[in-house]
Amino acid sequence: MEEIDLAPLQPVLADLGPQGRTALLPALHAAQELYGYIPEPVAAAVGQALRVPLAEVYGVIDFYALFYREPVAKTVIHVCGDPACGMAGADGVMKVMSQQIERHTVAGQTHASIRVERVACLGLCEHAPALLVQGAPVPKADTQSWEDLVSGKAQRPYSIVGGDLNLLTENCGKNRVTNIDIYRKGGGYRMLEKALAQTPAEIIAAVKSAGLVGRGGAAFPTGVKWEAVAATQSQIKYVVCNADEAEPGTFKDRVVIEDDPHRLIEGLAICAYAVGAHKGYIYIRGEYTLQHLILKAALNEARQAGMIGQNILNSGFEFDIELRRGAGAYICGEETALFESIEGKRGFPRVKPPFPTTHGLFGKPTVINNVETLINVPLILRLGAAGYRQLGTEKSPGPKLFCVSGDVVNPGLYEVPFGVSFRHLLEDLAGGMRPGHKFKAALFGGAAGAFAVEKDLDVRLSFEDLRAAGLTLGSGVITVFNETRDMKDILLRLGHFFADESCGKCYPCQMGTQRQYEILQRIAEDRALPGDVDRLMDVGWTMTDASLCGLGQTAASAVMSAIRHWPELFEAHQTTPQGGLA
Amino acid sequence: MIDSITLTIDGKPVIAAPGTTILKAAASAGIEIPTICYHDYCTANALCRLCVVEVEGSRVLVPSCVAKVSEGMKVSTSTQRVIRSRRTILEMLASTVDLSEAPEIQAYMHEYGAQSERFPEAEQRLSPVLDDNPMYIRDYSKCVLCWRCVQVCAEDAQYTHAINFSGRGFETQISTFFEKPLPETTCVFCGQCVAVCPTNALKPKRQWLLEQGYSPDEIMSLTRTERRRRMRRETAAEQPASGGKS
Repeated sequence: MEEIDLAPLQPVLADLGPQGRTALLPALHAAQELYGYIPEPVAAAVGQALRVPLAEVYGVIDFYALFYREPVAKTVIHVCGDPACGMAGADGVMKVMSQQIERHTVAGQTHASIRVERVACLGLCEHAPALLVQGAPVPKADTQSWEDLVSGKAQRPYSIVGGDLNLLTENCGKNRVTNIDIYRKGGGYRMLEKALAQTPAEIIAAVKSAGLVGRGGAAFPTGVKWEAVAATQSQIKYVVCNADEAEPGTFKDRVVIEDDPHRLIEGLAICAYAVGAHKGYIYIRGEYTLQHLILKAALNEARQAGMIGQNILNSGFEFDIELRRGAGAYICGEETALFESIEGKRGFPRVKPPFPTTHGLFGKPTVINNVETLINVPLILRLGAAGYRQLGTEKSPGPKLFCVSGDVVNPGLYEVPFGVSFRHLLEDLAGGMRPGHKFKAALFGGAAGAFAVEKDLDVRLSFEDLRAAGLTLGSGVITVFNETRDMKDILLRLGHFFADESCGKCYPCQMGTQRQYEILQRIAEDRALPGDVDRLMDVGWTMTDASLCGLGQTAASAVMSAIRHWPELFEAHQTTPQGGLA
Repeated sequence: MIDSITLTIDGKPVIAAPGTTILKAAASAGIEIPTICYHDYCTANALCRLCVVEVEGSRVLVPSCVAKVSEGMKVSTSTQRVIRSRRTILEMLASTVDLSEAPEIQAYMHEYGAQSERFPEAEQRLSPVLDDNPMYIRDYSKCVLCWRCVQVCAEDAQYTHAINFSGRGFETQISTFFEKPLPETTCVFCGQCVAVCPTNALKPKRQWLLEQGYSPDEIMSLTRTERRRRMRRETAAEQPASGGKS
């Protein structure tokens, strides 16, 4: 094995060592930046410095897709292979790149200087087909030259934002990052000031009566969560922002962080004050490198301006935020898996109960909210609960961000009040279907969602209307398909996603996502076996009923929805299996 | 403080102490719920999900090995939903790993009418037998990922932390640090992992050699070098200056 010089690692370990295991992901990220991968002696040194058993260091490295335990190419290109990018030609991009690499690889070279990987949704769906070059986002990869791609010269994409409202997105879509000066000029951080002049109970009451529910997909009442944590007697409490956005088709949190990071910081600070927490975390997905840098800079600005830190705005309230990066694991968007990840472990979801409000991060009472949920908080204080309820419907008050991608004229992020029709969003805001094409279906709620078809075009976009229509709002994803799209290919991509992202803890999901993917492969290749629909249904119901966490419980949702809409796609083509068990 | 809780399991009234799991409460009433990953002396992780039951008012099925009883709870241990999940889990397991030496799981397969060939063309989790030490072998093609070995190696018993996981999802495997042979790890060969393994994926080396058809004499001679080497090492460690005995 080649000699590894551990000297450059020492300052990192001296800095992070005292934190112990919780600093494991930050230490591994730092190590990988230094060495390009995580060599064995480096992993051992990290484990010793942080006092983590070596087998567990290895377990963590091997869990997260963005950590490499073997040397990788100098330039790693991540190509998104999920529905929106798939429809826009991701497979072609993959193929062209592989050919280019072959052409550019010098004979006899041990490993190529460029490596291309197909990965799960990168949250760049409005720029499909998208990819990352060493973490830097590249839009419309099919239109970029190879030289621009590998040199990293391709222009970074700017968000595309529209809608009937611009309450949450007033600073978004302007081709710039809203720094603290611009944010404050527009009234930013005044709601934090206002909050600090009220009692925590008053703020919680406002959030409750505004009817705010979580925007990450589970729609749990935010005020109820806050109240539970505020009521605990614990000296130590945490607030955590879940910015591990990774549901295929979702990019709203990315846009908010990229364009208006201070709004999130303000929301989290108000949350901390309301529940009595002095330490907060923002956990951002590992693929969002640009957004990580933007948020890091914004946190520094906020700290310097006294918006976080000690004695915030002379109120005597103390609160600071630590920014954490994920490392390529969709499951860490599950709240308890996210805690495990911050604690320096594999992202295995925990058994609930106990719930995070009593046993959360480091076993302490914890509020964990999605980015979009938190940016609603300053708005509630600004409009007042009654004013906020003027927006949306009775049961789904407020504004909502929708991520529209796929076969529409204008993919992008749209802010609307709850209750507008799907048709309005599709035709008036997103410009309708591309010329010459008809609407076939839309996937609501991402990979974990369900398909809407023509009869659903006039459904109102609210929690209650979608539930009644057998659809789901999820995290606000709407991926649109025209009449030419092969739904079997779309399902195969979703099946691949879940098989790739299952953590492997509970049996139904660990094996069910794999078996589901295998059957979907047969179906996509027109060689379905008799009984495959029954197999899909048994696997699907078993995952839905018996899985440990939300990933497994929704991993069959889109497939079962497709079986209801298009049973003909699943008809058997063969009479006997081709292989069978050994 | 309430000292007893009344619930019904399969229509039967059951009285249990607060903090009792549904699994234990059912057992006390003579109702057996199947389990794979559960072990009385290991932390219950609720991961095999074979022990799921239906609890009135719960959207999803509930793992009885960790869910505690509560007053007035109505539990059903063998509804259609429960049976479908158990049967499918067993069928998926049979398509994934070698259950030939897991008689308890085979008995469950029979009981639930699970077909071992339900999933044709299914990828199996195959792995070569790891024979890297004189004490036990690791045949992960038989591993059902119940986590018991990892747990007893760590906080559930030995605090040795020699093993953890590699990969994730279907590709998950039990692994040492960078897949090193066990003698190069913190393993102390206490044997607790072998004792809790439910499928014979972990097996004493001599038992394994016997099963391979070796006679006891052959096994003695096969492992002789290892014993000698160990003796030499130990003597050398005791008397570093003298150079040791032959």
